[in-house]
Parts: sequence; C-alpha cells; structure tokens
Amino acid sequence: MGLKEKLHSIKEDFKGKKMAPAFNALHTFLYTPNETTHSGGHIRAVDDLKRTMNTVIIALLPVLVWGIFNAGYQHYAAIDAAQGVIREASLFGNFFTWDNFIMGAWTVLPLVIVSYGVGLAVEFVFAVIKGHEVEEGYLVTGMLVPLIVPVDIPLWMLAVAVVFGVVIGKEVFGGTGMNILNPALTIRAFLFFAYPTWMSGDKVWVHGAKAAAGTPDAFSGETILGSYAQNNSVVYDFADKFFGFIPGSVGETSTFLIIIGGLFLMFTKIASWRIILSAVVGAAVMGLIFNGVVDQGWIGEGSKFYGLMSTPFWEHLIIGGIAFGIVYMATDPVSGAQTNTGKYWYGFLIGFFSIMIRVFNPAYPEGVFLAILLMNVFAPTIDHYVVQANVKQRMKRLKLKTA
Amino acid sequence: MALLSKKDRGLILDPLADNNPITIQVLGICSALAITAQLKASIVMGISVMFVLGVGNVVISLMRNIIPSKIRIIVQLVVVAALVIIVDQVLKAFAYELSKTLSVFVGLIITNCIIMGRFEAFALGNGPWRSFLDGIGNAAGYALILVIVGFFRELLGSGTLLGFKVLGDPIAKTGLYAIGYENNGFMLLSPMALIVVGIIIWVQRSRNKALIEEN
Repeated sequence: MGLKEKLHSIKEDFKGKKMAPAFNALHTFLYTPNETTHSGGHIRAVDDLKRTMNTVIIALLPVLVWGIFNAGYQHYAAIDAAQGVIREASLFGNFFTWDNFIMGAWTVLPLVIVSYGVGLAVEFVFAVIKGHEVEEGYLVTGMLVPLIVPVDIPLWMLAVAVVFGVVIGKEVFGGTGMNILNPALTIRAFLFFAYPTWMSGDKVWVHGAKAAAGTPDAFSGETILGSYAQNNSVVYDFADKFFGFIPGSVGETSTFLIIIGGLFLMFTKIASWRIILSAVVGAAVMGLIFNGVVDQGWIGEGSKFYGLMSTPFWEHLIIGGIAFGIVYMATDPVSGAQTNTGKYWYGFLIGFFSIMIRVFNPAYPEGVFLAILLMNVFAPTIDHYVVQANVKQRMKRLKLKTA
Repeated sequence: MALLSKKDRGLILDPLADNNPITIQVLGICSALAITAQLKASIVMGISVMFVLGVGNVVISLMRNIIPSKIRIIVQLVVVAALVIIVDQVLKAFAYELSKTLSVFVGLIITNCIIMGRFEAFALGNGPWRSFLDGIGNAAGYALILVIVGFFRELLGSGTLLGFKVLGDPIAKTGLYAIGYENNGFMLLSPMALIVVGIIIWVQRSRNKALIEEN
C-alpha cells in the first residue's frame, strides 16, 4: 500500500470527525484526491488554487535562493567594510560561495520555517474549529513573509506577527479568498508598527549588525533608500542595485530576478500584466514629478527631501522593495481590483503612492507596503465605480434605442 | 437577595454583556480608542462616565414631565455639560497628572453617544430609581470594555499595569526583557484599540450566536 492509499484510508477513517480537515489537507497537499469530477457539465481545467499557488512559489524560489546568498554576502561584506576593505561584488568570485550560503541559510531558513510552521498551524486550527477544509492560501503568504522582513528579525516577533496577520488579516473575514488586505503585508505592517527598532535603521539589514553594535567589531549596513533619505551618497553602482548585491529585506534586493519572476507569472497568466504595467508607470510618473521639482530648483540641496527627490525616476524602480511589491504583492488576485479598467487604476495608484510615501515618510524611507495596503482597501471602491460607469453607459445606450 | 427586583437587576446586568453599549450598540467608541493606552486612565474614564450617566439619568428622569419635547436635547446637553464640568474640576483638583492624560476626552464625555442615548431612550420614560440603575449599568458596561482594552494595551504595549512594571524593566533588561522580549509599540497606537475591541466583539458573538445580526 503506497503513501497515497494510506493517506486516503486515514481520510476515510476520519470522515465526519472533528479532525477531518487536518487529514484531508495533508492528503490533498501531496496528491490529487481519489475522487475527481469525470463527467457532466463541469469545466475541467488544471489551474486550480493549488496549481496557482505553486506557480507563484516557483516564481519566488530564485529570489529566495538569491536572498540566502545575499544575506551571507552582506554579512561578510559589512565586516570587511568596517575594517576598511571595500568589496567588489562578483557573481562567482565572492557571491556564490559556501560561506555565504551557510551563513545565509543559517539566518534565512529559520524565518521560512517559523513563517510556515506558525501560519499553517493557525490555518489548521481554524479549519478544525470552523469545520471547513484547509485552504492553500497560506502557501504563498508563508513564502512571501520571510522575503519581506530584515534578516535579523527575532523569530518570536515573526511568530507573533504571523498569528496576527493570519487571524486578523484573513481568518476573521472568512479565510482564503475573503480577505480585504494582503496577509503578508498585514504581517509586515504589524511588525513595522509594533517593533520599529527591528524594522528600520542601519543596523537590521545585515546579519549580526545589531548584536555587534557598540562593540569594537561594530559594523552596519544601510539600505540605499536609507542613505538617500539622509542625503548621503552610496557606494553601489547600477549593476549592484539591479542585480541585487545590496542590503535590504531578504528577497527584495535583486530587481533582475524579480523581473524574471514577474515575466514568468505574466506568461503563465497568474499575475495581471495590467497591474504590473500600470504600477510601473505610476511609480515612474511620481518619480518624474519629483525630478521635475528638483530640476525647477524648488527644492534645494539643503532640503531633507533632496536626496530621494533627486534620485532619477528609473532608479526609484530598482531600489527598495517596490519591484518586489509590484510583482508579487500588488498582483494578489484576492485583495486587488477585479475589473480590467479597475486594475489599471489600482496599479497606477500603487506605484504613484509608493514613491510619494517613500519620499515624504520621514521615519522610514519605503512606502510600497503601505501603498499596497492602502489600495487594497480602495480596490472594491475602484471596482464599484468601474461597474457603475459601465452600467451608466449601457443605460444610455438603452435609452437611445428606446427613444 | 431581594435588594433589586429581577427586572431592575436586568437594568444593571444586561449592559455588561448582551446589550453592551460598546460591543453591541457600538456607541462611545471614540473615547474607547483614545484613552485606553493606560489602564489607570481607562478606569478613571469609566468612573467619570458612570458618575455623569448615573446622576444625569436621575436628573433627566425627575424633569421628564416638565421638559418641553421640542427643546429636550438642549436641556439634556445643559445637564451633561454641568456634570462634566464637575468631573473635570474634580480631576484637575485631585488628579492633575491624570487629567492632563485624559485631556479633552473628559470634556468630550458630553458628546459620548451613550449618554445622550440613555437620556433619550430610558430616562425620559422611566422613574428616577430605574433610570439611575440603567445609567450605572450602561456606564459599567462601557467601563468594563475600557478596562479590558486598557489592560491588554498597557500590558502588551508598555509592559506595565497601573504603572507597575509587571514584566520587568525594559531598560535594565530584567524579567521577560532579559530573554529578548520587547514591548509592542503597535499596542500604544489607536488602531490597535480598534482591533482589540473588534476581537472582544468577535469573541462575544461567537460565544453567543443570538447576537449575530442577519445580513
């Protein structure tokens, strides 16, 4: 008897009992159920929720692997930098090394394990209490969460935030598919407001920086946005920023890999190209407006906004978390706008507000997660007006015909 | 105990649970969000509202037959305003620091929907004794939620209760802080009070299905 049959017989044993959803979830996670629809008027398509979620996971894997190596690389690079040695990043020379991998895996994998362990535990508990099946919704959230937090976030904080995000962000609204806010971003927002000292500053982005602070071995790693916000210049060149040899949250540094992941998601029609395109346009428009303000001389070098406002608009797109947010978070089909016209507006405003918040937020120079959460809230409103506009247009046409 | 008849007991006890002014009627939310970051402020606010509502209900009930109904709102406002000023002055005289913490929210008791709501709904149609019980009951229901919210917000947000460092000292790193615990800054922000109230509502309704509205 194979594993599949064993799981199936366990499932049969528990049918109608309290713990049934938990065992059913194990079975359907690993295999197609034994009973599938064969005939009748059903649409038989393979792109079910499980397939959708797995596709996003595949698109996230390169970013995760890069994040692991980068966590190690930044750690050693920052130690070198504290001793006056500036590293020149090279892909196979000093990036893809065992040392980096071991150090990175040691810091990043616990985040992944805690995120999945705690999140799925909450999902299972809720499924058993409420008597519905465990949904696949957490598979993607659980992968996103470790990618959008700083490497050194204490694991218990992450666990608390995951419980909060899954319960308040999703389960109170009725579980997967019913949530208003993106659960992964709810988790990040919770961490940001609850434990700001672990989420911002120049000590959290590189492993070990916070622990070594105040000792003779102290080192730090400021993100590019953080440097710009303080009107400092950065040592990184275009290739560093684009390919991701920079400090930042675990998964957001490599714009190159995010673009590849985004193309993959658009090609498989999981992510909406309308949202991605219009978000990029929105961010570029806001960036151009700020560049224009600087060009006009309205903002001088003395202004505290000068550093971020004078950043070229295309550079805004490749630094910070905006690329990651647009590709993997804004395209969440549940919390985003549903109508095609609505998607353009939704995406555009996400990009627009991201850069605006990034520049004007004095405490924390990144805005993409706040912008997406804001637009999550407004997505139903956007859809409402799109639908109403359509209704009005049709009413007009009807009147013309009958008149 | 026959101090209160069954009906009168309901006046006190109903607002504590199944007809709670905050979680069921969703009145008086603003002050519940604003001043619950500390347990002490919550308690004082609860007592203040209890005084204003208890006395105000009696006063309105006594005057109920002589108030012309066209100007009853103005009369009610005058009564509340007088009582609120008394509370404000007492706080300023005997608990100055606390009255600074509560700042405008003592003055804003006057706009607390629970008070006008009980005047309109109850005191105008019932005798003084029953109105008094109703006022105390509703204010107690309000205070109860304030204390629950204040308890969690102060404990998780500042690690203290009524100012005592129950979880240890965050600066000297004693108690829980020695093993890496940190205060949750989100708890001190008003949105978290809304979420805590929401959780109370959720728990209450899932325990008592009769409270769930049709929609």
